[in-house]
Amino acid sequence: MVRGFAILLICQLLGEMIGRSLGLPIPGNVLGMVLLLISLRSGLVRLAWVSEIADLLLGHMSLFFVPAGVGVMTYAALIGKEWLPITVATVVSTFVVMAVTGWLADRYETGGGE
Amino acid sequence: MIQELLSTPLFGISVTLIGYALAQLLYRRTRSVLFNPVAITIGGLIVLLIGLDIPYRQYAIGGDFILFLLGPSVVALAVPLYSRRQEILARKKSILIGVFAGCLASIGSAGGLAWILGGSREVVVSLAPKSVTTPIAISIVEKLGGIPPLTAALVVLTGCLGAMCGPEFCRLIGVRSPAAVGLAVGTAAHGIGTARMLEVDHLGGAVSGLAIGLNGMLTAFLLPLIYLLFS
Repeated sequence: MVRGFAILLICQLLGEMIGRSLGLPIPGNVLGMVLLLISLRSGLVRLAWVSEIADLLLGHMSLFFVPAGVGVMTYAALIGKEWLPITVATVVSTFVVMAVTGWLADRYETGGGE
Repeated sequence: MIQELLSTPLFGISVTLIGYALAQLLYRRTRSVLFNPVAITIGGLIVLLIGLDIPYRQYAIGGDFILFLLGPSVVALAVPLYSRRQEILARKKSILIGVFAGCLASIGSAGGLAWILGGSREVVVSLAPKSVTTPIAISIVEKLGGIPPLTAALVVLTGCLGAMCGPEFCRLIGVRSPAAVGLAVGTAAHGIGTARMLEVDHLGGAVSGLAIGLNGMLTAFLLPLIYLLFS
């Protein structure tokens, strides 16, 4: 478990280093995900080393978003003046994206064969 | 003494864990999308902090410890992606088409609706990348002259909305394949949606995690181009 956690953090750290040195707008943890995927694919990291910690973290991933969500309280005033366009656009657009992506992916998946 | 205790990480960590455990209990009892554990915990903690007049930065002393675990969790999304790689590669066409269309639909509908409803230029720009994971959304908005904190708040609200009703909404509109549901929720509601998908379906969770990265990179590339076209 400790080894697995260390591997995840090393991937994140390398991701941060790559992202910052190349000036990419992509966060270090997303680049770290790509690095871990490459490491697993190439056999550099074995699945068994990271599967236990990954299951633990991913099983509670919702929890890790709570502090960022609570942080919204400090920005509540920003929504204030233009609340109507902001609220309508946010809510409607979220459903539009799910419908467009869901329908297309569903259609091409069944149409394209398994 | 209370003030001293409030300044240790113990406060933020324990209220978050207690709040989350209670919210999960409530969700298990009711099974209602209205009682989504993340949304309820966030709402409950905000009410608690405002009620007790505790500033956010005091909560964040402990909250940051929990937030830190988000980084390695995103890295860990590579694990379900790797273990389900065959099923994902078999769907690469539908995944790429779905994310590409979703990315354009997101920018177009969020930015477009805000513009039609009379939103200012800064607000329209801040809204456009709201379906993308926070760090990517913020760096795009910074470059295009929007309001980064507003974007951060909208990204979280979008995520909660997608996590609350994404899987149910997809079923309602007839999206049946679990991979397509995962792609839809991950494209629209990034990590918070993915966290919910991981609880619903393993393949859907893996695809949702992939969608965070794909939609993030695509939006970072396309939004500045679209912005140039309209300005």
